This record gives sequence, C-alpha cells and structure tokens, in this order.
Amino acid sequence: MTQVAMTLNGKKVSANVEDRTLLVHYIREAQGLTGTHVGCDTSQCGACVVHVNGRAVKSCTMLAVQAAGAEVMTVEGLANGPELHPVQAAFREHHGLQCGFCTPGMIMTAVDMIRRHNGVLDEDTIRHELEGNICRCTGYHNIVKAIKAAADQMVAMRTAAE
Amino acid sequence: MYETNYHRASSVEEAVRLLAGAEDGKFLGGGQTLIPTMKQRLASPSDLVDLGGIAAMKGISDEGGAIRIGAGTPHYDVATSDIVRNRIPGLASLAAGIGDPAVRHMGTIGGSIANNDPAADYPSALMALGATVVTSKRELAAEDFFQGMFDTALDEDEIVTAVIFPVPEKSAYAKYPNPASRYAMAGVFVAKTGGMVRVAATGAGQNGVFRIAEMESALAANWSPSAVAGVTVDADELLSDIHGSAEYRANLVTVMAKRAVAAAG
Amino acid sequence: MGVEGIGARALRKEDKRFITGKGKYTDDMVLPRMTYAAFVRTPHAHAKVTNIDASAALDMPGVEAVLTGHELVADGIGNLICGWMIHSKDGSPMNMGAWRALESETVRFAGQAVAVVIADTQAQARDAADQVVVDYEELPVVVSTTDALAGGAPQLHPEAPGNLIYDWDIGDEAATNAALSSAAHITRLEIDNNRLVPNPMEPRAALADYDAAEEHYTLYTTSQNPHVARLVLSAFYNVAPEHKLRVIAPDVGGGFGSKIFIYPEEIVALWASKRVGRPVKWVSDRTEAFLTDAHGRDHKTVAELATDANGKITGFRVQTVANLGAYMSLFSSSVPTYLYATLLSGQYDIPAIHANVKAVYTNTTPVDAYRGAGRPEATFVVERIMETAARELGLSPAEFRRRNFIRSFPHQTPVIMCYDAGDYDSSLDAALKAIDYDGFPVRKAEAASRGKLRGMGLSCYIEACGIAPSAAVGSLGAGVGLWESAEVRVNPVGTIEVLTGSHSHGQGHETTFAQLVSERFGVDTNAVAIVHGDTDKVQFGMGTYGSRSGAVGMSAIVKALDKVEAKAKKIAAHLMEASEADIQIEGGELKVAGTDKKLTFTEVALAAYTAHNLPEGMEPGLKEGAFYDPTNFTFPAGTYACEVEVDPDTGKTRIVKFVAADDFGKIINPMIVEGQVHGGLTQGIGQALLENAVYDEAGQLLAASYMDYAMPRADDVPSYELYTTETACPGNPLGMKGCGEAGAIGSPPAVINAITDAIQNNNLAMPATAERVWRASRGVMAQAAE
Repeated sequence: MTQVAMTLNGKKVSANVEDRTLLVHYIREAQGLTGTHVGCDTSQCGACVVHVNGRAVKSCTMLAVQAAGAEVMTVEGLANGPELHPVQAAFREHHGLQCGFCTPGMIMTAVDMIRRHNGVLDEDTIRHELEGNICRCTGYHNIVKAIKAAADQMVAMRTAAE
Repeated sequence: MYETNYHRASSVEEAVRLLAGAEDGKFLGGGQTLIPTMKQRLASPSDLVDLGGIAAMKGISDEGGAIRIGAGTPHYDVATSDIVRNRIPGLASLAAGIGDPAVRHMGTIGGSIANNDPAADYPSALMALGATVVTSKRELAAEDFFQGMFDTALDEDEIVTAVIFPVPEKSAYAKYPNPASRYAMAGVFVAKTGGMVRVAATGAGQNGVFRIAEMESALAANWSPSAVAGVTVDADELLSDIHGSAEYRANLVTVMAKRAVAAAG
Repeated sequence: MGVEGIGARALRKEDKRFITGKGKYTDDMVLPRMTYAAFVRTPHAHAKVTNIDASAALDMPGVEAVLTGHELVADGIGNLICGWMIHSKDGSPMNMGAWRALESETVRFAGQAVAVVIADTQAQARDAADQVVVDYEELPVVVSTTDALAGGAPQLHPEAPGNLIYDWDIGDEAATNAALSSAAHITRLEIDNNRLVPNPMEPRAALADYDAAEEHYTLYTTSQNPHVARLVLSAFYNVAPEHKLRVIAPDVGGGFGSKIFIYPEEIVALWASKRVGRPVKWVSDRTEAFLTDAHGRDHKTVAELATDANGKITGFRVQTVANLGAYMSLFSSSVPTYLYATLLSGQYDIPAIHANVKAVYTNTTPVDAYRGAGRPEATFVVERIMETAARELGLSPAEFRRRNFIRSFPHQTPVIMCYDAGDYDSSLDAALKAIDYDGFPVRKAEAASRGKLRGMGLSCYIEACGIAPSAAVGSLGAGVGLWESAEVRVNPVGTIEVLTGSHSHGQGHETTFAQLVSERFGVDTNAVAIVHGDTDKVQFGMGTYGSRSGAVGMSAIVKALDKVEAKAKKIAAHLMEASEADIQIEGGELKVAGTDKKLTFTEVALAAYTAHNLPEGMEPGLKEGAFYDPTNFTFPAGTYACEVEVDPDTGKTRIVKFVAADDFGKIINPMIVEGQVHGGLTQGIGQALLENAVYDEAGQLLAASYMDYAMPRADDVPSYELYTTETACPGNPLGMKGCGEAGAIGSPPAVINAITDAIQNNNLAMPATAERVWRASRGVMAQAAE
C-alpha cells in the first residue's frame, strides 16, 4: 500500500492504495468520483479518459502511483460552478450523447483535441482524433457535430476577446 | 492485475539499481502496453521500476547530421516536434499515427522499441533510417537491436535511453491499420539517407520488422512508386490471422510501399 | 424549457447529469460492507467438470466464500429458462437443454461460469478466482451451424438429439413450390448473417443486497426490463417471491437487447448475498462481456425468389439454420422464427412464401435478440435477393422494387403479418432524390478516373415493432404478455410524475415522455418527472426492447393521461359551475369555452387533494393508471441508399454517402429519433463492414476484445443524411411506429449491395472486410485492365 496524493479537479487529495491500483479506480473508488468509466480491458474504448497535467490520458492504463503529485482533471472538474464548459454544453445542444456512458471520456477527449488543435478542426480531423473513443449509441454523427460546434465557438470567443 | 511494488527512478543508475533489488522486476515506460498486459494477468512482475521520472531520458535534440530522441519521449512530443517534422517528416507522421491521442501522450519511443511488438510502428522507422539505439550499457545498430517478435538484444537490466536517427534526404511511412486494434497490419517505412535507400516493413512479418532488399535496390535505381509496384514479398514469411491472410498482407506491403514512396516525394 | 410538445426538438432533460459525470450506473453504487464477486470460467468450449478444488482460494486474503453449482442446486435455485415456446412443424415442443447459473457437470461454451469467489475487494476476488483449481475432461466441440446438424457431430444436450432445437416452418409450402416450378426466372442466394456481439459501452453489472431481518432482496442491475427480471428471478429461479425482491435498473449504459435477458451472474449475485450475509457486487469486464453477453444473428440461409416474365415476384422460398449457441437464452427461440420469418415479405406483394428454420445448439456463447433481432436477418435476405434478382433480370434495382411494392393497406402477407399502413414509394423517392441516383454514373466514372470503384446500393426495409398484442403473441408461444403500463400522478402543486414500465438506457424517455404530457396539459416539461426502472416505484412493466417504448409505452401513458384529463375536467366543471363538455385544456389552464372563466392546472390539482369541494361521490386525488395492449404490431419502413467507393489496391470500402428515408409514423422529438437512426445505422454498417464474432474450431472466440472485434469508430462511418416520410400508424393513439432498430435493420444490405455493385461481383460475404473485398474485386480489376 502506498499513500498517493495528487491534485484532483483543483483539490489536494490523498489515499492509501495498493500499487496495482489503476488511476481510474483511485478516482472512482478512493475519491468517489464516478463520472470516469471503465468500458474495456484493452485501453481502446476511451470511457476512462481524464487529463493528467493537462494532457488526455486513459486512466485505465496508468497506475494511480504514476500520477502521484500530478494535476488530474476529470469530467466533474470541467464546469465552472453551474456554468457548463462549452464542450459539455455543445454535447447537450447537439444531442451528442444517448446512454451517457462513453460521454465523460468523449468530452475529456474533445476538450484535449480542441486545445491541441487550437480550435481549428474539420470533420475528418475530428473523426480521426476520436480513434481512441468508442460510442455504441450515437453513431458519432452528433458527437462530431458537437465537437465542431464547441471548437468553433471557442475560437469565436477567443477572437472576440482579442 | 496481480499486486506489484512500484518504484519511481530519477536516474538511469537508480533504475538499474532498483531493478537489481527486485525479485522479478520490470521497467515501466509509458505503460501503454505493459499495463494492459498486466491487467490481462499475462504479466505479473513483482516490481515495476518507472522510468517516467528520469529527466535525462526525455527530449529531442538536433545534433547536426542526426536527431537524438530521449527514450522517455512520448509519441505526441515526437509527432509535434519542429525538429522531427522538419528533419525527418516520415518519423513525425509515424509518431502521429501511433495508437490514439491519449496513448500518444503516455507511450514512449523507448517503451515501444523495447517491447518490439510485431505490429508496432517505430521498429520500421529505426530499421529504415539506420538508427542507433543507445542503452544504459552500449550503443546498438537497429539491425542488431531487433531480434524477432517481442525480442530484442536488451538484457533484463538494460534500459534504452535514447535513439539516434541519421537525418535522411527522404522519408515517409504508410500503414494499413488493423480495423479493430488499429495497430499496423502492414506498415512500410521508406528512407533515403546519404544516398542509400532502406525499406522496412512492420505488422506483417512473422518475426517482426524486416527489410525488403528488392525494394531497396529498385528504389535506389528509380525513386518512384512504380519502382516498387511490382515487388512482392514472400507470403510464406508473413503473419496470417482473422484480420488478414499472409497473401493479403503481402499485397498490403507492396501497396503501402508505393504510398510511402509517393508521400516521401 | 417551457412547453415543448409533440414534434419539438426538445433538448434532453437527462443530459445534465451525464455531461457532468453525475450519472448513476450500477457500478457507481456502493453499499456498506459490500463484497465483490469474481467468476471462475471454463477455458474449454465443451468439457466434463471432474473436480473443483477451492481450498487454495479459500485461504486467500479477503475471501468470504467460493460457491459452485453444487451449492446452487442444493439451495433450490432453478435453471435458466427460455420464455418463448416454439413447436416444430411436426408439433413437438422445442428441445431445451438444462442451463444452470453455475455448471458443475458439463460446460458447453468457453467462458461459462463454474464457480464464484466472493471477497472483500474486486482484486482479491479475482486473485482468488485464479486459485480455484477445476479439472476438466475435454469433449469434442462443434461451433458451426452446418457441422452441428451433420451426422456424428458432438452432442451438446441429451434433450436435443442431433443438436436440433426445433425444425419450424411458416407459410404455404405447396403454393411456394408451385410458384418456383412455374417461374420465368429463379434467383438463388446463399447468405450468411455474421455473428455479432452487442457491446453496449457499459458492461453488465449487478449489486445484490439481502436483508436477513426482512428476508428481502434488492438488486441493482443493468437491465432493460427490471420487472421482467424480477418476475423471472422470482417465478423460475426461486430466488425470492416478487414482493420480497426489488429490482432497480438505474442509469444503464446502452442495451441493444443484450440487457433484456437474465444471466447467471445476476442470479448468483442475489443468491450469494444471502449466502455470505453481505452485499455482493459483480461488474463484468469487457472480455467477460464478449464471452457471456448474448450474441446476435448467426444465420445460414438459402433463399430462392421466383419471378414471372414481367418481373413480378411469384414466390419466395427460404431455408435457414440459426445458431443459438450452447443454451437457449430468454427469448432466443423467437428471434429466428416469429421475429424473422414473418418479415420475409418485405415491402413486396408476394403471393406465396415458405420458410423453414432449424435452430441448433453449438459450443458457442448463447445467441438472443440484438438490435433488430430477426428483422435484420430477414431484411438482409430479402434486400440482397431483390438487388440480385434485379441485376439478373436486367432491371434497375429501384424499378424492380417499385414493380413489386405493396400499395394497398391493410395488406395480409403470407407469413402472418398484416401491414396496417405504409407508403413505400414515398420513402424510395426521397432516398433516390437525396442520393442523386440518376447522377450516379457520372460519379462512378469520375471515381474510375482516380482508380476507385464506386457502387450504389439500396435497401427497402420493413420491420415489425411494438411486439404485440398479448393474446396474439401468447398464441405463438410467448410466455409473457407484451402490453405496457403507466401511472400518472398529479401532485397537489400541479407537478406531474409519470411512472412507466418502459426503461430508458439512452433513448431519452425523460424528455420524450415529458413532451407528451406537456402537449396534453400545456405544462412546462420541467414540471414533469418520468419515473422508471424501479420495481418498488412502478407497479409493473415489460421494459424496453423491440422499439416498443413509443408505440406501446407512450400509448399506456396516453391512456392514463386520458383518465387524468377526464377527472380534472369534472373537477374544473364543478368548481366553475360549467358543463364538463365545455371545459378545454390549454396552456396549463382549464377554461370554460366561450367565457373568460378558467382555472390553472395547479388550482384544479390542489382542489383534487384538498377535497373541500369535489363533485358528489368523487374520490379525492388526481392519479390514474392504465395498461395498454396493442391491437397489432407497428410497421416502420423506409429506404436506405448507400454509395461506396472501394480502393481496389487494399479492398478498403469508404461510405461516401448514406441516405436514410424512414417512415416512423408520428414523431415526438425529431432530434432524438435522428439520434436513434444514426446509432442504428452505425451498428448496421459495423455488421456489414467490420464486426465478426468468429470462433476457431476448438470453440475459442477469436474476437474477444476490442483488439480483435472491430467496433465501428468515428472514422469508419460518414455523417448521415436523414429524411422522414409519414403515414400514421392506425393501431395506437399517437400514430407512432418505433424508430430504435430501423437503422440496424435496413443498413447492412444497402452497404453490401453497394459494394457488390462497385466490384461487379455478387459473391461477397458479410462482414465485407478489406481482404474479402480485395479478393472479390481482383478478377474484376484484371478484366477491366484487359
């Protein structure tokens, strides 16, 4: 057992866990944040995507101890109080979710995607960038629309601010 | 996953020492292969020595005729490095196509080549670019480093610390992904370095990455897609599984070679 | 939000919790003193269990118990059942082998559970499960339908000689044979429908809690139909009587049929929670999901279509062998019979049809309903042979279909179904226009100039939804009625709770059902709560599958709303001293027609509960329930058009454009309906191009993870173009037909018809993987080059 401390959604947290504990289980079980999901065993479905030190990673493919001392953000940390993150709002606006199980991972992937591309995304790029996230409900159609809309909106907000 | 003891090393020396103290330890790179393998209970190291905290193993530097990439550098950093993009565009595009964005943030070049998965992308680049693998003990030519499926020249306690890539005149990579895993069913890296052409294929061979001499000589004589269009590799040496027969993979190797040459310009 | 009635693209009320990570799925539930279950599963597809040694596992840290089938049988837990009786054509009942939740004698598919370990943590349970030593004596294995029926094949169940479950037929054999023998032309096709794994993204899970003092169980589980689960667990598995068992299906992460059934793991979790005296949680991992979730499809069919000299269909003969796997899952028997062969008339006027279906056991995972369930298999047979016949007859595929469309309704087919309404020309016209069918040759030539092969494929599908009426399905062998129930509770403050037996696991009922209430009473959708998924809250319900929640579930709500409205009007009339007939409900108010007298809905509700001034003899309160039993199936139909481009170098198919023109009858929320179609299309395209649950000869599932089972990803599919046409369904009060499965039903033949058109070779199996397409196109390319 190891005492693993990190910053989770801006708050300092700590828990005593086995070294084999995956980051996703640390988040879900030790910290009680169940928005991050486990959908496969082979690091492919992306339901578990969180941000570690600002980058999207699969929390089922990282030990909690590897993230000791890191800044970790989950879907629960995305909204600013009652104000949804633009990607969250776009998923709702464009019906980019049905059962909701892949949604947290999709949203965290989308936020990271928009950041890396500076908001400049076309449909083909979005589809290609979703390679590591599987959705069985939506057929991706509205997820792609939602990400495109959020990216465009974030670019527009940035332009307006300049 | 079985229980394991985790250690974080801050230097190569410390990592070697920590492993020596373990009953059945393993080095942990980005973990994108080892952790899934442990989750499936197909590996159960008593100890994991995490190399992720070793600053000296990270980063990309231009050393004139060669590019040095620290073994702990994630695929994303290789893919987006201006140095790599300008000097070895084929390598940058290869790195940009490994796994998916989240995997590219964690997975490292050192971890990839030390594992030598027959469907991994990097081994083809190392072979085609004539790279040198720097380890905690020695320097090895890529040819000598890769020794067959999941097999390398590494000793148990030896760590890949960097890879040195000579800068080529031309380079490109084309792969046909497995529709399920998205690993390479056939990936071909072509490079012309110092006038010398090398072609290496991954994903298709029964013994991992391999060079294709006939394509190399054809391209040395005539650098064009048509030069390799008629060259086929022997299907008897290729993998066959539910995703593609050896015969189909042989076809893919030729098609990917053509496309890589076209992309290299 | 406001008033958002029928037809509004209302945003979903349930989304907020999902996009903020606050959804509550079964694995998110935590109970005090909770233990975890891990199953010991056979690696062999067919073997005798000769010994189970749990001693090492029992010594492992945290282990509470190791349980096997011996204890299960001793405790009187019943065998798993199949709830739909099919009789063979000779009148004999289907041959059903025994299926125990934990098997201690003979295992029949790789992954079947032999024992369970209960421990303090999931990791401890799994560590200990590895230490349970099971000795097996391997038996010969059979995996394919063809082999299963062959003489000398390994036998799975003593109850089913020759591995034959039933030999069933439908239609007029003599008339069909006559039509074939006098046909001007016969088109014959051998068609395999590939086995699929449903793969909802949330794996199955169960959390069982036994209260010893009350002798009461609570089960949180990933179910599409918690009441059916409770009924079956109670009536057949003897876990507990219904009033001592509460089943809760909280947020459920997709189902697609696979979460209809009651599986061994849920039964064992319940039973084990009493055994160990602590709550027991089991969460499937993805590998377990591949091995144990009921699979879908897996048919082998020979079809013959007879046409006359005018290109009119005169007869259709179909012989199918359906692989049901190692055991008969809950509704497995109905899928290749009443959900399949009854749809073989398609959209066409076919005078004679005969189908023979043999169902067989093999050493593979059980097969049951998966999105579409029987109807995709029927549509694939019909639409592949329609396309093939058109090509053989030298007719345009669109024209050949049109020549045979049914145009007058009601239409009685030769295979039970009576189509109530439809307009197949409209959806075909819409699809052809949208895909620019006439401009295709130009695009094909342009692609050819780039070395690519373009193809166009159509699929004019029909399906039957809202499976019912109860008396009809009962006469066909169903073990349950297929009605739905609803209760509408108006609170004293005027807010409304709708309790429904339907279950939402992605379908957006919390929004759509609220829109119905909003439409009826003019109240804000935010003032309406939809309650579902808990047997303690909702009295009874049949759940959600077969695209039934709209046509059946909402019809029940309509009936309950009718009763509420009638009572509210009586109260309002009484309070305003008006005639009941003059009361109109509008904008949340009850008005007296032609006057300015009105009461708000809230005022009427409050009056109902204060009961200070009610009409003489009226009971207080405003709460009504209803059961709705449909009068017929509903018949969604449409045309899908698919344009593909094949890369002959690799055989890779790219879907350039996919158009869907559907007739779902009345639509409540177009946004949600479109989402259903997108998802269905992607599953159908996945079947057509990628997905294949393939076994080796030893009965090992070779595609048992996402490393080998090709799930459609975002870059495998296009953005879709959707159109709807509307003929109202006369069979239910809202005129709804159902939309949940159409995409998965109609799309596979459109894709395969397009690829076979592109490569000019009709001999192409599904999934049309790149290698298969490459092989099938090679000869064609060589010819073109000559």
